[in-house]
Amino acid sequence: MSRLRTLVLLPLLASLGSCSMVVMNPSGDVAAQQRDLLVVSTALMLIVIIPVMALTIFFAWRYRQSNREARYEPDWDHSTHLELVIWAVPLLIIICLGAVTWMGTHLLDPYRPIGRVAAGKSLTPGARPLEVEVVALDWKWLFIYPEYGVAAINELAAPVDRPITFRITSASVMNSFYVPALAGQIYAMPGMETKLHAVINKSGDYEGFSANYSGAGFSGMRFAFHGLNDSDFQAWVAKAKDGGGKLDRSSYLELERPSENEPARRYASVQSDLYKAILNMCVEPGKMCMSEMTQIDAKGGLGLAGIYNTVPLLYDKFTRRGTVFGPAPSYVASICTTEQALAAATNAAQPALPTTFTPILGAGLQRPTPMSIRLPSRSATGAFRSPFNS
Amino acid sequence: MFDNPALLKAIFGRLTLESLPLHEPIVVATFVVVALGGIALVGALTYFRLWGYLWREWFTSVDHKRIGVMYMVLGIVMLLRGFSDAIMMRLQQAMAFGGSEGYLNSQHYDQIFTAHGVIMIFFVAMPLVTGLMNFVVPLQIGARDVSFPFLNNFSFWMTAGGAVIVMMSLFVGEFARTGWLAYPPLSGIGYSPDVGVDYYIWALQVAGVGTLLSGVNLVCTIVKMRAPGMTMMRMPIFTWTALCTNVLIVAAFPVLTAVLALLSLDRYVGTNFFTNDFGGNPMMYVNLIWIWGHPEVYILILPAFGIFSEVTSTFCGKRLFGYTSMVYATIVITILSYLVWLHHFFTMGSGASVNSFFGITTMIISIPTGAKIFNWLFTMYRGRIRFELPMMWTVAFMLTFTVGGMTGVLLAVPPADFVLHNSLFLVAHFHNVIIGGVLFGLFAGISYWFPKAFGFRLDPFWGKMSFWFWVVGFWFAFMPLYVLGLMGVTRRLRVFDDPSLHIWFIIAAFGAFLILLGIVSFLIQIFVSVRRREQLRDDTGDPWDGRTLEWATASPPPAYNFAFTPVIHDGDAWADMKQRGYRRPLTGFRDIHMPRNTGAGVILAGLSVVLAVALVWYIWWLAIVSFVALIGYAIAHTFNYDRDFHIASGDVTHVEDERTRLLAANTQAG
Amino acid sequence: MDLAHDVSDDTIFHLEDDHGHAESGSSTMLGFWIYLMSDCLIFAMLFAVYGVLGGNYAAGPAPKDLFDLPLVALNTTMLLLSSITYGFAILEMAKGRVRSMQMWLVITGLFGLAFLGIELYEFAHLIHEGATPQRSGFLSSFFTLVGTHGLHVTFGLVWLVVLMVQVSRHGLIAANQRRLMCLSMFWHFLDVIWIGVFTFVYLMGMLR
Repeated sequence: MSRLRTLVLLPLLASLGSCSMVVMNPSGDVAAQQRDLLVVSTALMLIVIIPVMALTIFFAWRYRQSNREARYEPDWDHSTHLELVIWAVPLLIIICLGAVTWMGTHLLDPYRPIGRVAAGKSLTPGARPLEVEVVALDWKWLFIYPEYGVAAINELAAPVDRPITFRITSASVMNSFYVPALAGQIYAMPGMETKLHAVINKSGDYEGFSANYSGAGFSGMRFAFHGLNDSDFQAWVAKAKDGGGKLDRSSYLELERPSENEPARRYASVQSDLYKAILNMCVEPGKMCMSEMTQIDAKGGLGLAGIYNTVPLLYDKFTRRGTVFGPAPSYVASICTTEQALAAATNAAQPALPTTFTPILGAGLQRPTPMSIRLPSRSATGAFRSPFNS
Repeated sequence: MFDNPALLKAIFGRLTLESLPLHEPIVVATFVVVALGGIALVGALTYFRLWGYLWREWFTSVDHKRIGVMYMVLGIVMLLRGFSDAIMMRLQQAMAFGGSEGYLNSQHYDQIFTAHGVIMIFFVAMPLVTGLMNFVVPLQIGARDVSFPFLNNFSFWMTAGGAVIVMMSLFVGEFARTGWLAYPPLSGIGYSPDVGVDYYIWALQVAGVGTLLSGVNLVCTIVKMRAPGMTMMRMPIFTWTALCTNVLIVAAFPVLTAVLALLSLDRYVGTNFFTNDFGGNPMMYVNLIWIWGHPEVYILILPAFGIFSEVTSTFCGKRLFGYTSMVYATIVITILSYLVWLHHFFTMGSGASVNSFFGITTMIISIPTGAKIFNWLFTMYRGRIRFELPMMWTVAFMLTFTVGGMTGVLLAVPPADFVLHNSLFLVAHFHNVIIGGVLFGLFAGISYWFPKAFGFRLDPFWGKMSFWFWVVGFWFAFMPLYVLGLMGVTRRLRVFDDPSLHIWFIIAAFGAFLILLGIVSFLIQIFVSVRRREQLRDDTGDPWDGRTLEWATASPPPAYNFAFTPVIHDGDAWADMKQRGYRRPLTGFRDIHMPRNTGAGVILAGLSVVLAVALVWYIWWLAIVSFVALIGYAIAHTFNYDRDFHIASGDVTHVEDERTRLLAANTQAG
Repeated sequence: MDLAHDVSDDTIFHLEDDHGHAESGSSTMLGFWIYLMSDCLIFAMLFAVYGVLGGNYAAGPAPKDLFDLPLVALNTTMLLLSSITYGFAILEMAKGRVRSMQMWLVITGLFGLAFLGIELYEFAHLIHEGATPQRSGFLSSFFTLVGTHGLHVTFGLVWLVVLMVQVSRHGLIAANQRRLMCLSMFWHFLDVIWIGVFTFVYLMGMLR
């Protein structure tokens, strides 16, 4: 019997050994630390899980009805000592796990710039991280390299051991940016920016994808992530620059339209403020940027004069579409030129607090300084805050 | 007349011939099978002249036991639909490798995984859980019925109405293609312009009314209708968990109602709650729906915990170990379930402190849950365990659920969640707790209380077949998903490139096939049991040597449950009564005051379904007509003051004498 | 209470009489109260949504551009007065005076109608100005919160009329008294919600 079982299990174990569990064996330091946390928590929990499972089997066997030798105490239903133990042991484990969680969550916060390149390998002082702007489109990924002025569709490359800062947004619906070999995922959401700091330690080709269902073409929303050494990375950038193709606002609006299973390709140049416009959802000329809107709203809106400041929306992912009882779809028109709005967005370094609460809170209270607030910002200026996320 | 598009639009809204999915061969085949089955069923019912019987004795019944049974039937029928979706998904994922697209296009596949989630939670787990609570709780507390018997009937029909709407979406139009929680902006009108999301919204709204009202009803019943002497700390554990679950229902379902109402406003009126533009905020939807969604998980699992407690103490022949700590653990879980919702989206970008807070509150829930597991363990300790089917499910639960609980705590560590969120690891985790916890619990409950409901036991052989297929099938179906999750495979994918994943999907599909055999065995078990009911008959009303009050009365219990209201002196009331030599009263029966059956619940729910379908298809005249009819009928119903009657003492005496005779015959035979 | 005694010892295992175990008024009151609390949660959600979206004007009008506080104050007065008059109706009910109770119910209904009329006038005015629910997240949440309350008042009015007919037909029987008490809870509950709306939406809106 047991030999038979071994025979059945062998191929399973073999395939388990051969398969590449990328989550357990990643190539980036952040993912590796996340893996460590996974292992530590599992080990902590096994302290109680294994005895429970063993005892379940043992008690079930020992106290079976046919075993008349086992003691039978039908009225034994309480033991203070035992109850103390069964509450205290899980409590102690959760206290340990809680401490690990608290530290791990703060140290591995995706917004936090990484503190080291790898275990025992500190950051090069003064080295600038590689900045990548990520846009989730229907159903493909756009990566913009502001430092190099190039962009790529469904292809991401980064030099080994250089910290990477991702700024992530989406053009239409929620997606999740995830390269398992590199670091944990984070949502890409329209009109908002999330950030991820990571580093790749081994050169190689890895896979990235969207980890949040986003519609019909979701399965094909995959991209290649190349970890390259410095010279290869420079060559990659140079090849992109040679490749030609310019990504500006009008070509972006074409790109934005839904398409599935897009092959990887590159753009030699990118309009410099394109990402900011995508993030603020004002690529279409004449549309008010989110940054502009939040600033206006923080000052109390545009009053009755602003009511009709809308322009018909011509296109929304598939077509122009309104609700059955609502008016025709529209968007808010910009009150200044796009360049002015973007310039204003760039200059406003700090989020404007939406309002003064002095009349409610009392004049003596200090307002909190905006420095302490940092979240998936609704716009480049980050004036958006949800109460859930502060 | 039919070539006038404006007129057609006024009459049929956006319902056209093209709305029927005639181009989908799979759907057409399903429709043919369902239609033939339906015609056969209707024909049989007509041939055997059962319609009048069903209408008088079941559909219009306000008896909590009959309503409970109808809930169970609804849940099992919907399980077949939900499982068909599951096996289709497993098949697609096992096929779509190496350039193959599988056999489902994205239009169809995306509907299937959405429908699978919605149906399994709302129309399988919820009806089964509500059905058991409905059947058992009044019996356990020694009551004649629930507090509001008519409302109970109405609640059931609203839940059934929601199920009808979901089933309708299979054949007329389509279901949502958004995932089971329909996150905007994807579920907004701009990205999901079709009827799918509207079907989703209205099915859940109609069923949600039923769930909420049955929650109010059961809370009220437990608080107000306990037999004299049954203090809170003498209530059976299942009743305790039912109380906590229904408190959760009352406190969580309004949130779902509100958030779906806002989504429907976005879709129908063009408001900007969850839109990208005009100051809407999609993240708010995610927060709100999980404020309902997390308690929902505990709404399902708490009654299962209650069932395991009853089963363990009965089949170990022992008082439950640590009753008090079990009660407090349940209450702690109830409260904490409101403080953890954000763990469903650590990856949405909250700050580290917020994430850690919600991660740690989630872990804290594992402490009372762990205490419960230990309590069952120490109930087994020094017991005398009879491994009947309910106890087998319990042991399987203890071994399976601990694994699911462990992976759950793992996912509660935010940095670990960053690598496992939305992966197949997560899918494996929640199936591990919902199948290993809720479903095993429900099967334990069904085989435990079936003799009480029908007067005969379930066939043990096919029960064991079903048990082993389910348990082994579960491990085969979901352990590979854990592995795949660690290989970085995300959920809801339709096609795959990496050939090394293939073997795992094939194993998972094999597991799903075993579960199919488990379900088939379960159906055979019921069929065989009905055929062999004379051999399996139990006349004592107490086949398992039970400990709680429901075993004190006949099986099936008479309409009035107890001829005399019982008086309780101890926690395990029936065990206590048996120990102290309780003797059944044989004379002195009186008239019993009972509620009268009514068809109002069926009619109101039917009108609600019509209203919902009219709204889905933009058939405004029908929506107005059905809404007015709904309100009008509800008002008219309030003018009926004649809602109860008395069962004459002579009838009670007759029923009780029959039981006396059976019990005597049983004693002689035994 | 008539108790049956077991022969073997003095322990009683059942009640001979089952009065008080059938559906009683107190059960209905508790049930309705629980329902009201669930309704309260719906409002809590809508308040929370207003709290999140209330500042998102989408470069459109803000509360101070739109709200007319004197009108809202008048509206609040109507609703508060209707609560008081409902209280009078209940007092009359307790004394068993059907006619004067019906009169107070009529007055309550008229105040309720006045409240609804003013609210509809306010909505119509806003929509006429172009401040529709679709214009911004703020307006969506404003119209939904206030409108949901208005729908509840409408429903309460329908219920009020139905109850008045029922009382005139059957008099103040126990079932009708119970229903009047339930409507009373409902009506006062709406009052409490409105105080929240008035404070958080209108008064604090003007301070924004």
